[in-house]
Amino acid sequence: MQRRTVIAGGGAALLAPVSAMADGLVLPPELPDGTRQIARAANLPGKTRLLRLADRPPNYATPTDVFADTITPNDRFFVRYHIDAVPTPPPIDDWVLTIGGEAAVQDARLKWDDLLDLPQVGVVAVCQCAGNRRGLCVPHVAGVQWGDGAMGCAEWRGPRLSDVLRVARIKAGAVEIYVGGADSPPVPGPPAFRKSIPLAKAMDDDTIIAISMNDAPLPLLNGYPARLVVPGWTGTYWMKHLNRIEISATPLANFWMKTAYRVPAGLFPVQQPFASQASETSAPITEMVVNSIIADPVEGGEVERSGFTVSGVAWDRGTGIRRVEVSLDDGKTWLDTLLDRPLGPYAYRRFSLDTGFLRRGQYRLFSRATSNAGERQSDVLKANPGGYHNNVPRGISVTVV
Amino acid sequence: MRAGAGVILALLLCRAAMAADAPAPLKPGEGAEATSGYCNACHTSDYIVMNSVFLSPAAWKAEVTKMRTAFGAQIDDGVAAEIAAYLAANYGVAAKP
Ligand code: HEC
Repeated sequence: MQRRTVIAGGGAALLAPVSAMADGLVLPPELPDGTRQIARAANLPGKTRLLRLADRPPNYATPTDVFADTITPNDRFFVRYHIDAVPTPPPIDDWVLTIGGEAAVQDARLKWDDLLDLPQVGVVAVCQCAGNRRGLCVPHVAGVQWGDGAMGCAEWRGPRLSDVLRVARIKAGAVEIYVGGADSPPVPGPPAFRKSIPLAKAMDDDTIIAISMNDAPLPLLNGYPARLVVPGWTGTYWMKHLNRIEISATPLANFWMKTAYRVPAGLFPVQQPFASQASETSAPITEMVVNSIIADPVEGGEVERSGFTVSGVAWDRGTGIRRVEVSLDDGKTWLDTLLDRPLGPYAYRRFSLDTGFLRRGQYRLFSRATSNAGERQSDVLKANPGGYHNNVPRGISVTVV
Repeated sequence: MRAGAGVILALLLCRAAMAADAPAPLKPGEGAEATSGYCNACHTSDYIVMNSVFLSPAAWKAEVTKMRTAFGAQIDDGVAAEIAAYLAANYGVAAKP
């Protein structure tokens, strides 16, 4: 059986159960043994029942059953930091966002009230860590070993980044917008986490500085008081605790742009290449690939033979989802599912399928999404050193009783 | 979910009361002390356990080098070699022939 081989291939002669529970949360059997050993359920300030992968720096995943809903509640939304530096936020009236850089006509300092004075826009968008599902890649690659839960979908609200940039005024020749946050390394060494996006993406009407998440302030661990929202792009650009924006005429050359978060050139075609950061051999990871997940039932679940509903969500880089198929027979045949009304091109789109009567026994269920651009989830893993963009259809095992 | 809700709740309450969980203890062996001493500064040593067992000795050596060159970990050559050997022996897979 495929899963057993994977576990044995992990190096340990471990006769693991098909699925493991971490304090009641289901862990995919495909995760490395060591990950399964340390993962557990945890509560944090403002967070309920997440799956802990590391507490320093905080890396907590959203349990799969949460994706039965299109909107991920704030207290279940995943947490991802590279360095152990959750900042203590200043009183909101002392908070300042600085905008400057060589390609800014003038420096600007915006206070909280200034952000509120700008037009506020809302966008429902998926925030997915570039490394989501890294832990499910076989062969495994080093990094935080995420299962399915380094993602969530929320309604983000705040001023457009373009409106904020216009306060400082953009010179001709601007190429990239650099962003930085209040989280800085606890010990000297690791390079400060700063990222950049191309000017065109920064000026996109949907790229905003979120000051609210699902009609509430952002949780501290999701970037309070303000974070960048770059719909369609992986979470690495969604700078948390945003406090500095630079308009630059040159590409940002740091570890987080030039070394980390890169994919082999041409492996994952994108609509809008990040040209100023591309090299001959690699490109920064940007747009998400089409993907889906079954959230109900969950791995290892027991379901009724009179029939049950298979449901979950699908998403892509912002073209929207046109079709989700489900297989009840280990990928041999595929059935079309019903799709809920879309909440916007960047949001999760919920799918569901009523199975009808099934015989007792073990079943392996899969889901497979196709985007409005006609892109479908990859049948085989496009292996890459970072373990990024794993969108092979996810299988889960259930027992029909 | 199969486990009793009460049990889960009790577990969660006691976790919430704790500031942070201690990392899983590293396996005993030559180099264990240096490893927990040097590899708990920027992140807990759970990053090591989490990334097991699938890295080869060369891959573990490359991880230790990456911590020093990309992330600025202050570890001298001798200790780095000791840590890499410990990781390969306790958290690694055999090198491919
Ligand atoms: C000076 C800071 C620092 C020290 C000391 C340090 N690391 Fe890291 N390490 C990092 C950072 C930063 C990351 C990236 C974290 C992330 O992305 O979540 C990392 C990630 C890792 C990872 C995940 C794989 C990867 O490459 O991202 C492993 C494994 C790891 N470290 C092992 C070690 C070992 C072994 C030691 C002791 C020799 C060590 N670290 C010491 C900073 C450090």
